[in-house]
Amino acid sequence: MLAWTIYITFLGVLVLMLLPRDNARAARIVALLTAIAGCVVAFVGAIQQTNPGEVTTIVKTDWIPAIGANYYLAADGISLVLVVLTGLAAVSGILFSWNIEKRTKEFFAFYLALIGGVYGVFLSFDLLLLFVFYELTIIPKYFLIARWGSTRKEYGAMKLALYSFVGSHLVLIGLIAAWVVAKGQLGHASLDLIELSKVHFSAGFQHWVFPLVFVGFAILAGMWPFHTWAPTGHVAAPTAGSMLLAGVVMKLGAYGCLRVAMVMFPEGMREWQWAIAALAVAGIVYGAGVALVQRDFKFVIGYSSVSHMGFVLLGLATLNTIGLDGAVLQMFSHGIIAGLLFGVVGRMVYDRTHTRDFNDLETMQLGKLIPFAGVTFVIAGVASMGLPGFSGFVAEFQVLMGAWSVFPKLTILSGVGILIGVAYTLRAIQKGFYSDAQPKPVDHDHPMEPISVAERFGAVMLIGASLVIGLFPGLLMNWIEPCFNSPLSMFARLLVKGGSQ
Amino acid sequence: MNHWLTILTLVPFLGGLVVAGLGTERKNLARGLALAASFIALSGAVCMWMHLDSSKGGMQFEEGPWNWAPTLGIQYHLGVDGLGALMVLLTAIVTPLAILVSGTLFADGKQNNSHVYYALVLWLQAGLFGTFTALNFFHWFLFWELGLIPAFFLVKLWGGPKRGPAATQFFIYTMVGSVALLLSFLAIRFATGSFDFIELAAMAKSGALTKALEAHFAWKNIGLIIFFGAFLGFAVKVPVIPFHTWLPAAYSEAPSPVTMLLTGVMSKMGVYGFLRILLPIFPEQIRAVLTPLLWLAVATIVLSACAAFAQKDLKRMLAYSSINHLGYCLLAMFAAASAATAVNAPEIQKAAALDGCLLQMFNHGLTASALFLFMALIEKRSGGLRGLDDFGGLRKVVPVFTGLMGIAIFSSLGLPGLNGFVGEFLVFKGVFPLAPWAAAISTIGILVTAIFLLTLIQRVFCGPLNERWTKFPDLTTGERLLVIPSIALMFILGIWPQFILGAVDATVVKLVQQLTF
Repeated sequence: MLAWTIYITFLGVLVLMLLPRDNARAARIVALLTAIAGCVVAFVGAIQQTNPGEVTTIVKTDWIPAIGANYYLAADGISLVLVVLTGLAAVSGILFSWNIEKRTKEFFAFYLALIGGVYGVFLSFDLLLLFVFYELTIIPKYFLIARWGSTRKEYGAMKLALYSFVGSHLVLIGLIAAWVVAKGQLGHASLDLIELSKVHFSAGFQHWVFPLVFVGFAILAGMWPFHTWAPTGHVAAPTAGSMLLAGVVMKLGAYGCLRVAMVMFPEGMREWQWAIAALAVAGIVYGAGVALVQRDFKFVIGYSSVSHMGFVLLGLATLNTIGLDGAVLQMFSHGIIAGLLFGVVGRMVYDRTHTRDFNDLETMQLGKLIPFAGVTFVIAGVASMGLPGFSGFVAEFQVLMGAWSVFPKLTILSGVGILIGVAYTLRAIQKGFYSDAQPKPVDHDHPMEPISVAERFGAVMLIGASLVIGLFPGLLMNWIEPCFNSPLSMFARLLVKGGSQ
Repeated sequence: MNHWLTILTLVPFLGGLVVAGLGTERKNLARGLALAASFIALSGAVCMWMHLDSSKGGMQFEEGPWNWAPTLGIQYHLGVDGLGALMVLLTAIVTPLAILVSGTLFADGKQNNSHVYYALVLWLQAGLFGTFTALNFFHWFLFWELGLIPAFFLVKLWGGPKRGPAATQFFIYTMVGSVALLLSFLAIRFATGSFDFIELAAMAKSGALTKALEAHFAWKNIGLIIFFGAFLGFAVKVPVIPFHTWLPAAYSEAPSPVTMLLTGVMSKMGVYGFLRILLPIFPEQIRAVLTPLLWLAVATIVLSACAAFAQKDLKRMLAYSSINHLGYCLLAMFAAASAATAVNAPEIQKAAALDGCLLQMFNHGLTASALFLFMALIEKRSGGLRGLDDFGGLRKVVPVFTGLMGIAIFSSLGLPGLNGFVGEFLVFKGVFPLAPWAAAISTIGILVTAIFLLTLIQRVFCGPLNERWTKFPDLTTGERLLVIPSIALMFILGIWPQFILGAVDATVVKLVQQLTF
């Protein structure tokens, strides 16, 4: 069932390509229907999966037997969470780009191709397949930014593409090395993740290969100091592009770290645990600090993404169940909230005012002109600060709880990051929407376009998701937890010798 | 199984939702509905108070514990004892008063969006109810923070000229405290596996909590570090000097009805946190750093009184006076936590101090909110002027106003026969044997309070009449009805404090037992 998320999405790309060039309306509708269908399939498929703690095979057939590659799609609880996130992000992204007029059909074709690739990564349990989908997402990303972006879009697109390629090459080198060693041990070539998760690589090997693979993935997760693509890319991208970049693409990186690097090289992970936690906390504090001094509204959100993804990495570095639970939940939560923040800033504010400079926005009193945007941003901001009742709180709460046991001092330091987070969010609310500065006279000849129904739907959907998970974290925790708790799971090796719990 | 406390919290919350949906135009309906919701909450709170079994010191009207997110130790667990019920009652009394006096904010049409304002007030009330009834850390923290957001926007959107910085400062300070508090509780949860206040208190009494903490973090004195984190959270909210600097700005920039809520009940959240969480869970740590804590309490009392004396703005003066009054609560709590080996029958003294502390919380809520209510009425008449020297001789033109506000002021400075006296008397009666030097220095605070409050009366109401105010209108019948309940309660509690003491006594006895080990 879940495999259909991928097929439907790519089918949507095909249909879009066949549409006449100038029929923007049809393109939008096809894209929206495709995304909704994908989202529904993701939900139904996820709910149908009776045992989220185990890897349930969806389809497995030979692909390239010579190197041991299979066409192997499967899902466990973590995949389910991220697939559902992708479904939600895809639908809301389309709702927030309803106003794209320039080459609409191509825009949505690239958009859906990106979504299809993301679904693919989250469902692949074969390394080659996973890598193919992973690479597949880079191309639409590049074109979405370079063609439909703003503010130094070619630079942003190129930087993002180069960083992604460097990352995937590091991953590729590491994985080829692992493949060779595993072939020697197993006696046959294999790229099956489950099989590889049982292979024992020697300590010396893990010590060097693990950082290659982990960092390769973590670049895409925005790990400090390899994060610089993220703010530039987010700012340059069109609204839906930023929503997807922050919402799901950064999760690809974190997912790769967890599913591939950590599962295959648990001893390497334990050796580098400290370094990763330190970089994660550096990202939390640095990202928040830089967000505090930005003049461009979108840069604030861009750097805040770096800071929030730091919590994901910190959670991964704890290597205990609660921290890992928190990391996966934070992936979901940040996907929803960052998507919403970018939606407000990019679509509701920038597309109407054509500026993102706080000095200009301060004179506009947007809180009065477009109150819906103001209220939405306040709610999203509050959720992003990690106030209880929203998903961000439960997620960061668990990450910090897990981190206490391993790195108490770093945990206290990351508290500083949370505080700066509060400060920059308040600053953005104040400067962006409710400033006391002398207002510029309102131009009555060009009244501000009212918030459209599509935008309202998108915003309400994301706020609802964050609230529901904030109040009933059990809905997702029931999927995530068994993955880490079960002694038979692929993560068992990672946790058992952790020594921390 | 009953659900009274849940329903009580839901009333203002849902009321807020309805009011927020009304739209800008229907101002009177918004106000009416908000009032109705707050009166329903008041009657609910009074019913609860009447049904409180005063012979029991434990939790009553308990709901749960039901599992909410079991793996995280999050449970839905509500309950009130004498302390919780008292705070719920206070919140329920102050909120309708604040709503009633808010009408003036929107009367001249300069301010709009009254529906949002009333909704935020009701949500603030819901947050307070939730805070005072929750017994699981997560659940409690949710409401603790939920109260902060409406308060922030009430100051930010309807405050005075410097509202922006004041609101931001208020928010950031409180968040610093909250984050420290959160981290501390995560560490506790990690070490003990529990978020339940009652369970944790039991562990603390047997000494298991500190042992568990030290065993889990190979870090000496981790107990103290965790204690300081939690302490910071509450100290900012009360506030304790030197964490108070947000308060004068926030109280004076907020519109007066909002200040009533801030000082009347939100500041009690901090004191409540000390009593419900800090004292039972960290008695060992408090005892270890008792002397510095007592110094902080003394500093809070004396310095804030002196600062109030130096103010020229009436609202700032009352703001500092608020800090001063809550300082007595701190003094009582810290003294009650002392080992007091050299004292005869320390339990009795501790009980007196804590009785005084609880009474003082209620009294201060009542009196301070009444004083800010009078400030709202003064500002309405003076067009926003509120300097100490802007008035003079008002006694001649507004005798009723002068008389009633005078009663509130005398209650604030602790005149026998009015409510303020009994609370402070009990605090000092208990603290003198337990920590004589602290009590002795703190009396300076009482003295200075008397001086600046009398100065206030003298400058504003006595002396030659300022020509500008010859047309200053006296209290209307509606306004008299508005202030009479508070004034009446001041007399009732001054003469018959047993009304409250009787109900909280069992709770205090239980708390004292908790502190004796």
